[in-house]
Amino acid sequence: MKELVLTASDETLYTVLDAIKEELINKGCPEDVQTQILISAEEIYVNIAHYAYGGKPGEAVVQIEISGEPKTCTLKFADKGMKYNPLEKEDPDTTLSADERQIGGLGIFMVKNMMDRVDYEYKDGSNILTMSKKL
Amino acid sequence: MEITEKKNEGQIILEVSGSVDTVTSPELQRSILTSFQKSKELVLDMSGVPYMSSAGLRALLIGQKTAASKGGTMTVTGVQSTVMQVLEMSGFSKVLTIK
Repeated sequence: MKELVLTASDETLYTVLDAIKEELINKGCPEDVQTQILISAEEIYVNIAHYAYGGKPGEAVVQIEISGEPKTCTLKFADKGMKYNPLEKEDPDTTLSADERQIGGLGIFMVKNMMDRVDYEYKDGSNILTMSKKL
Repeated sequence: MEITEKKNEGQIILEVSGSVDTVTSPELQRSILTSFQKSKELVLDMSGVPYMSSAGLRALLIGQKTAASKGGTMTVTGVQSTVMQVLEMSGFSKVLTIK
């Protein structure tokens, strides 16, 4: 298991994505699955960077684990920002026209569709989002 | 991400390559909006883009809305399968003009 402790920001996004990608490549993960996992990780990490601490710097902990048979990638994101369960966010209506579509709001929806499993818990003052996908 | 601008009979072609993500999408958005200041016809050649997150969708939606408001067109070409999956999942494959 690999663990990163970072100041959540757009500037540290590639540190997170590069670490996950390295693990996925080492385990022989197909490229299309890699992309889905990396997009999902970006959506969650950027949400923490932009919203968890109200736009101020704050800590994020990212754990990366690939194990089991079939091999499964599990990513855990933790922050001590304001309590927020992104899974409660209503899914966007993807049938609307360009005029009717709102800017944004698609990130969590994409995570729920791309990952096999996504769980949220609030524990000891931390938002903890855990998601997994078979390689 | 790199963006190369080309012109073809009043049409602007933006050749995009690399990841379109939270860090790079503002540059794509700026390039799209700047192009619409110069032309009503924009082609986004995405054949060099293997990765696009929701930040990229945001840039494309702003581009599509700008095209509509100016009576112009934004055509997206060369979409790779991984990016097409994102467009289909989000419903953007029906909102955008993709060739």
